[in-house]
Amino acid sequence: MSIADIGGTEGWGPVTPPSRDEPAFGEKWEGRAFALTLLSMGRVSGQNLDAFRRALGELDREKYLDDGYYGRWLNASENMLVESGILAPGAVDARARKLRGEDVEEPPVPEPNKPDYAATAAGSLREVDAPAAFAVGDAVRAKDVEPAGFTRLPRYVRGRRGTVELVQPAHLLPDTHCVFQGENPQHVYSVRFDSRELWGGSAESFGLTIEMYESYLEPAS
Amino acid sequence: MTTSERIPASLRTEALEQLLTERGLVDPAVMDKFIANYETNVGPLNGAKVVARAWTDPEYRKRLLADGTAAVKELGFSGPQGEHIVVVENSPSVHNVVVCTLCSCYPWPVLGLPPSWYKDPAYRARVVREPRTVLREMGLDLPESTEIVVRDSSSEVRWLVLPERPAGTEELSEDELVPLITRDALVGVAKVQA
Repeated sequence: MSIADIGGTEGWGPVTPPSRDEPAFGEKWEGRAFALTLLSMGRVSGQNLDAFRRALGELDREKYLDDGYYGRWLNASENMLVESGILAPGAVDARARKLRGEDVEEPPVPEPNKPDYAATAAGSLREVDAPAAFAVGDAVRAKDVEPAGFTRLPRYVRGRRGTVELVQPAHLLPDTHCVFQGENPQHVYSVRFDSRELWGGSAESFGLTIEMYESYLEPAS
Repeated sequence: MTTSERIPASLRTEALEQLLTERGLVDPAVMDKFIANYETNVGPLNGAKVVARAWTDPEYRKRLLADGTAAVKELGFSGPQGEHIVVVENSPSVHNVVVCTLCSCYPWPVLGLPPSWYKDPAYRARVVREPRTVLREMGLDLPESTEIVVRDSSSEVRWLVLPERPAGTEELSEDELVPLITRDALVGVAKVQA
């Protein structure tokens, strides 16, 4: 279960009120962590954006939450670099301790172990020859499944019935792309759910749309 | 590890940058440019320009609602996290509000990087469950007659809200409207104030 899948979970307390002039990066290191992440995920780790999202979701609770948003990025990037054999496990901590004056032995640089992966095109949108299985207005159900690996099918919609509101351009499938097992492009639908279908009869009244990859859906009669 | 003391993320970031730059894997000068671009060029001012144009040019507004990606590109805005932008219009009867429950997907070319509240787990978790309450906490009290539609960005589709033009701005020019239009209104957690 991914720590990142938090839609509808409870116990988070109040939201942060917006502040009008918030800078892009609250602290200087956050900008560095941002740039290091985006400049290393493809060119250095040989991975991709979905792999980064997977790495975020695989963090433990402490690594996901306690260092803040860009701390989370840093932790996921480090794991990707270790996974691809660019950095040894513990290399970042060892260097950090050295930087603050501790006498630490640093682990040697490992053998590279980049995934056998190359994108077939830029970005995530792809052409799909097969016709779309669903059309605007169709009644659908998000599959009630618990995939073993990474998915963009959040828990809170699983098993729920909705209606196709828009057919979006086809995308490569994050579930396989994130582990370098193919782009497997699919049609994508914005599916509309009623709040009471998601949360029960006492929920606030509202509608919700979420983008569903075709394989996440089944027809609902 | 011999100590349970946590190393601050700032120091670990410096360590990672050093490890990658000393092997020539990342160029600090490229990093500087990259960061500066998101601090200065790619920000919510872009989205404000799009909205001000839509409010003052009915033909542009039609194009924007029909094909958001192409219409924002007309004004020069495109790039990462903007592959497919869908624009939805807020009105007294329907109010759209955008979230990414799984991470922090956000239309960078028009809004820049997401603000703290958007990345906050509390917002991500709660706005799909009790949006009216969340919006009220954020200072937006919508009448019961307004239907709320939450947009959870779970793919590469990026949502941009076209807010209502406030009353009393009829005489303002496109350029005069731009500074009124806030990032928060373009995500749907605020309205534009005259």
